[in-house]
Amino acid sequence: MQTFGQQLINGLSLGSIYALLALGYTMVYGIIKLINFAHGDIYMLGAFWGYYSINYFHFNFILALLSAMLVCAVIGVVIEYFAYRPLRHSARITALITAIGVSFLLENGMSYLVGANARSFPQAIQVVTYHWLGLRISNVQILILGTACLLMVLLEVIIKKTKMGKAMRAVSVDPEAAQLVGINLNHTISFTFALGSAMAGAAGVLIGLYYNSIDPLMGMTPGIKAFVAAVIGGIGSVPGASVGGFIIGILETAVQAVGLSAYKDAVVYFVLIVILLVLPAGIFGKNVKEKV
Amino acid sequence: MFKNWEKQTMKVAALGAMALTLAGCTSAKSSSNQGNNPGKTIKIGVNMELSGSAAGYGEQQKQGIQLAVNQINKNGGIKVGKTKKKVQLVIRDNKTANTTAASVAAQLVNNDKVVAVVGPATTNAGTAAIPNMTKAAVPSVSPSATDPDYTLQKSGAVQKYVFRACYQNNFQGSSAAKFTTKTLKAKRVAILTDNSSDYGTGLTKAFKKAYTGTVVSSQTFQEGDKDFNAILTALKHKKIDAIYAPGYYSEIGLIVKQARQAGIKVPIVGSDGMADAKLAQIAGKANANKVYYTTPFSTKAAASNQVASKFMTAFKAKYGTTAPTFSALAYDSVYMIKTAIEKEGSANSVKIADGLASLKNFQGTTGTITIDKKHNAEKTISIEQLTNGSVSNTYNVN
Repeated sequence: MQTFGQQLINGLSLGSIYALLALGYTMVYGIIKLINFAHGDIYMLGAFWGYYSINYFHFNFILALLSAMLVCAVIGVVIEYFAYRPLRHSARITALITAIGVSFLLENGMSYLVGANARSFPQAIQVVTYHWLGLRISNVQILILGTACLLMVLLEVIIKKTKMGKAMRAVSVDPEAAQLVGINLNHTISFTFALGSAMAGAAGVLIGLYYNSIDPLMGMTPGIKAFVAAVIGGIGSVPGASVGGFIIGILETAVQAVGLSAYKDAVVYFVLIVILLVLPAGIFGKNVKEKV
Repeated sequence: MFKNWEKQTMKVAALGAMALTLAGCTSAKSSSNQGNNPGKTIKIGVNMELSGSAAGYGEQQKQGIQLAVNQINKNGGIKVGKTKKKVQLVIRDNKTANTTAASVAAQLVNNDKVVAVVGPATTNAGTAAIPNMTKAAVPSVSPSATDPDYTLQKSGAVQKYVFRACYQNNFQGSSAAKFTTKTLKAKRVAILTDNSSDYGTGLTKAFKKAYTGTVVSSQTFQEGDKDFNAILTALKHKKIDAIYAPGYYSEIGLIVKQARQAGIKVPIVGSDGMADAKLAQIAGKANANKVYYTTPFSTKAAASNQVASKFMTAFKAKYGTTAPTFSALAYDSVYMIKTAIEKEGSANSVKIADGLASLKNFQGTTGTITIDKKHNAEKTISIEQLTNGSVSNTYNVN
């Protein structure tokens, strides 16, 4: 029972990171039907911003987190402006390939600029481990879970309660009709990228603090896992991405807990295949019929 | 009649000339058992993983190589016969991809006409480069390809132009097993393997073969993984005396950190990929206790080894950090080539290969190296212990 509880904590901390990343995928997909493969690398940039801002500007943790979100939001908007906007009316596959290109550019660009070595993240917060009913939970784990949940709720509020959120939802349903009623398409899409990238930036700083190791290729695997999480939850659905992230995190932990660590990635992708066969639109996805 | 005859001869002559040039071409390529010869400078190629998944290690090796070449050139170059020739590096990135490693090898030997190559760092990329190196008869020294079969052909015969400066896995894995049994007296171990590299899987195989106790659990992870909490929580409730975790510092550092935070206090034994100051940085100083690893390059031994201590100071002066193992191995690779050239009195690539094959008692930063019949580097192995993040003890394994 104790082990079970401990593994659950492990799974939730891991899952909250996947969830934060999956949100970015799902929002961008929901609005312009683009799988933004560079998203995992924005998370890497967030981690590096945290590294430099804490080491050289002596930011405290909260300031590092907020500034990383801001910086990543700007980077997300810039990438959208230069890489995806010119391709908005071309075939979907063109934008997809561009996204992979942007991902390579960011990974290898950072390897070139800062070196490909793994480096240790400055410990802005002293790790304290709490013991409770035989379970161990560190303050960093609580912080990750708390921040992740807070950001997800905030996002839900922005999408459901604000004017910009309404515009986002309108564009995702029908971009042309949204323009007819006076919604600025470019602003809305930029805003979506900014939001999604800010989430990734926050995840980057949190991961840096939690694992204490960052490198330019750190976004690759989590990026793909988060994408799987978004698909499982139902790509385009915001609550789906959060749930999907937690499912992947807990699933991965469970597989390792029973001693099948060699198969942890295989199980994740197997579940993806099953979900796509049984519920092609994902758990929370709506099955929209295409009109011809 | 005469004209016709003239025409015929012309034709024959033209054909003959063409055949000759063609023959010239082919002979230049296929009979290149003569290998490459140096020009005004001695060109040494670097076929290295400078981007892609192994870029971290490739980058460190490049630093070691550049430091070695700078030192050699500062001292006038390499002595070939009676003259001294400067070394010119040709550095090319193989992107940690097998096909690129092969084409980089071809470029280096055919276009750049290098007389020897340092690299690649990984066994996979290195193996892909072998055919092109052998065709051109240019030797390559890999600083870190540890697979036992790397220097061997399928038939078991040695690859004439392939050398390495590091241990091969069997030696290192069995040394760790002996140490775990005899010194740590561990009867039950858990193994955590990086199964995304030949290095990790090869060491685990060798360890399992030589270890006499019980392997309670054998788990694997991938390069780039950051979360080991699940595996470690599962291990915590099993009775184990030690953990054997062969791999690189980037992942093992995290394993050490997360194991200690989860309350696992048993010794963690690993391999030379951990011999890096970054291990303790990633793990956190307070967590890096009872950590042991096999290494050719012990910072303690460096105090008694003059070559090593000179290297350590020079490296620190140039790059501002403590020299990692990979840089030391790459540095040795360059000096091994230099020694081979000076011994043979020639910088012809075939001669360099001969020189490398008969290298004996070479004083390197990673110990005294002798190249054996299978082109492996024979040198002593030691085990370092970390306490509070710094080396506290060095053990010898026999």
